Amino acid sequence: MTKNEALFNYTLRLGDDSLILGQRLAEWCGHGPILEEDIAITNISLDLIGQATNLLNYAALIENKDRNADNIAFLRLEKEYCNILLVEQLNGDFGDTMMRQFLFDAFRKPLFEMLQFSKDKQLAAIAEKSLKETKYHLKHSSEWIIRLGDGTEESHQRVQNSLTNLWRYTDELFFTDESDTLLGELEIIPDFSKIKEVWSANVTAVFEQATLQIPANNWQFEGGRKGRHSEHMGYLLAELQYMQRAYPNMEW
Amino acid sequence: MVTKEEIYSWLEEVSDPEVPVLSIIDLGVVRNVSFENNSWQITLTPTYSGCPAMQTMEEEILLKLKERGLSPVKILTTLSPAWTTDWLSENGRKKLKAYGIAPPEDEQDKSLLFSSPTIVPCPVCNSKNTRLISQFGSTACKAHYQCSACQEPFDYFKCLK
Repeated sequence: MTKNEALFNYTLRLGDDSLILGQRLAEWCGHGPILEEDIAITNISLDLIGQATNLLNYAALIENKDRNADNIAFLRLEKEYCNILLVEQLNGDFGDTMMRQFLFDAFRKPLFEMLQFSKDKQLAAIAEKSLKETKYHLKHSSEWIIRLGDGTEESHQRVQNSLTNLWRYTDELFFTDESDTLLGELEIIPDFSKIKEVWSANVTAVFEQATLQIPANNWQFEGGRKGRHSEHMGYLLAELQYMQRAYPNMEW
Repeated sequence: MVTKEEIYSWLEEVSDPEVPVLSIIDLGVVRNVSFENNSWQITLTPTYSGCPAMQTMEEEILLKLKERGLSPVKILTTLSPAWTTDWLSENGRKKLKAYGIAPPEDEQDKSLLFSSPTIVPCPVCNSKNTRLISQFGSTACKAHYQCSACQEPFDYFKCLK
């Protein structure tokens, strides 16, 4: 594997995570439990779609096959998407969405903190930019996890169920293969074990405040990074890709 | 030959479509103006990654400079150093307040959970007795506040560092 192939893989993975979660959060538009949260969730969605645009444009540049962020976002088949399974999970109730978001934000913040010192200038620039936005996202999702977990009996039980359900998708945040090993050696991407240390400490602290229990059963799903998705992915893509499939090359 | 100063003064006439009271110079998104390879190059940086106003700003710049007879013009985008509200001009801060949007205040570290929200004086009555309604407002760059003295709900141009 060449450095460029590995860099393309990595950039595409980050880009797909942002794109798919951005799409999921956009589904809340007009359905938020209160107006302020409707606006907050869609603002976070917009940040993620913006990050995805930067990442996928960069992936297209590395690949050099005459594609751009739009082609990559809208014209691939399901098995070509390499987002982790966590981000494609259904929105569920507000607690499910906040739990998915918290587990993801708590990973993204230390990732961008370390990636902004990447030897690859463009990845470093995207990380530096995205970090400022991610800090707001993490603050928002953490506060909700604590409020819901340490809230009423009903909110506690429901968000505990969200954690029990979504915890099984968290190992994949730290998925690595030979492409990551190569980029790690070249100091282009940070050491995933260091990100995991920060992530674990952060989620443990927040769950403690939220009086939530990390499940004892640590059985984990994986497959997204390799293009093997859950049954939810096809429906998501049908909506995401509809306009480009129905009216090829259409522009707003 | 046109000078850079003239170009900057023309760019003062291009406004942010979401906060029309601010010019793109006030906003601090114009990072460089240069003449290279027989073409003028305007380098912009986005406020937020997904800011939908960036594309409109690019089109407006091209239009404005074309009106002034400047050609060819290329727009470049840079992400680093990342935009910060520290680049908002003093003039821009005054214009925001007059428009009813509270300008950014220095904030504590966002990593503190449940940190007491920043004190943002009301742009209408100047009272410091205001409260945060939501960190996320009508656009990515704004939060939503309400004044407890005069009851005015207002946007706060949030601090980004």
